Amino acid sequence: MPNFLHSLASPARFQRIANAVLPWVSVLAAVLLGVGIVWGLVFSPPDYQQGDTVRVMYIHVPAAWMATFCYAVMALLSASFLIWKHQLADLAARAASPIGACFTAIALITGALWGKPTWGTWWVWDARLTSVLVLFFLYLGHMALSAAFDDRERGGRAAAILACVGAINLPIIKYSVEWWNTLHQGASVFRMDGPTIDNSMLWPLLLTVLGFNMLFVVLLLVRIKSELLARRIEVLQRARASGRG
Amino acid sequence: MTRKQRRMTILGVGLACLAVATALVLTALSDKVTFFYSPSDLAADDAGHNARIRLGGMVEEGSVVKEGDGITTAFVITDFAQAVPVRYTGVLPDLFREGQGIIATGRMDQGTFIAEEVLAKHDETYMPPEVADALKAAGKWQMGDQP
Repeated sequence: MPNFLHSLASPARFQRIANAVLPWVSVLAAVLLGVGIVWGLVFSPPDYQQGDTVRVMYIHVPAAWMATFCYAVMALLSASFLIWKHQLADLAARAASPIGACFTAIALITGALWGKPTWGTWWVWDARLTSVLVLFFLYLGHMALSAAFDDRERGGRAAAILACVGAINLPIIKYSVEWWNTLHQGASVFRMDGPTIDNSMLWPLLLTVLGFNMLFVVLLLVRIKSELLARRIEVLQRARASGRG
Repeated sequence: MTRKQRRMTILGVGLACLAVATALVLTALSDKVTFFYSPSDLAADDAGHNARIRLGGMVEEGSVVKEGDGITTAFVITDFAQAVPVRYTGVLPDLFREGQGIIATGRMDQGTFIAEEVLAKHDETYMPPEVADALKAAGKWQMGDQP
C-alpha cells in the first residue's frame, strides 16, 4: 500500500489514474446526491418532534462529516509532504482546503438554520459549535498561509505544519458532545448501541453522505488536475521567457 | 537514521507533545468548557454563588405552571437526583414541554432559578410520528415526553 501511494506521487501516473476514475465518480456522485436529496427532502417522513425541520439533517450531517473528513485527508497529505517532500501531496492539500472550508461553512449555516426553530437560538458557544468554527478558521488559515510566501515551497511547508497541528481539533470535534455538556446532541449514527435514527430517515441520509463523499473526490481531482496544468503553463512561460532573453 | 525517518520522528513527537498539552489544558478547563450545569452540580456548589450560569436538565413531569400574566412560566428542572425550581418570563421554544431536556440561562435567587433565556435541547433520536405512536401503543416508549 505505501508503495502504491508513493507511486501516485508521480504527476503523470496520477493524471492517468485521475482521468480514468473521474467520469465514473462524477456519475456516481450525481446519482447518489440526486436520489438522496430528493428522497430526504421530499419523500422521507417528518420527525415526531421537529416535523419538517428534520430535513436540514440530510444536508447538515453529510456536510459536517465531510468538513472533518476533508481535514483529515488534508492533514495526512501535509504530513506526507513534510516527510517525503512529495510535491503532489502539497498540491493536493492546497486543493483540499477550500473544499473543506465550503463544507464547513455549509455545516455551520445549515446548523444555524436548524438551531433557531429547534433550540430557539441561531448560535451558542458550546464545545461542538465552537470547535467546528475553529475548524473553519483553520481552513482559512491554511489557505492564507499557503499563499503567503513568494517561495511556493516555504508557503507549502508553513501551511502543512498548520494542517498537522490543527488535526488535534478533529478528536475534539468528534468527542466534544461526550466530554462536556453541550447544547448540540450526541451522535445518532455511530453509536455503540446502534443508530437512533429510524431506517426511513437513515437510508436517505446514508445516500447523501456517500454522495457528498463522491462529490469531494470529484472536486479534489479536478482541482489537482487544473493546478498541475497551471504549474505546467508557468514552467513553459518561464522557459520561453528565458529562451528569449 | 535517514532524513525521512528523522522528519517522521520530529513530526510524530511534536504532535504527541501537542496532543498531551491539549489534553492537559482541556482537562484543566473542563468545568469552564461545559456549556451548562446540572441541578446536582448546583447542589454541590460547583457553579459558584450568584453567578450567571446555564442550568440544564429535564422539565419535571407535572411541574409546569403558567402564571396569571400569561407569559411567566414556573417549572422544575431535574436530573433525577436533584431538582431546581425555575421561573421564566418570555416566549418558550416550540420543543419546550414536560419531560423535554432544556437549558436555562440566569441566576439563583433565594432558591429559585430566575431564567433570562430558555433553550430546548434536542436529543439524538429521530423517527417518524407513526413510529413514535406505534412505540407508545406497544408500551415501548422510553422518552419521558408526550408530544
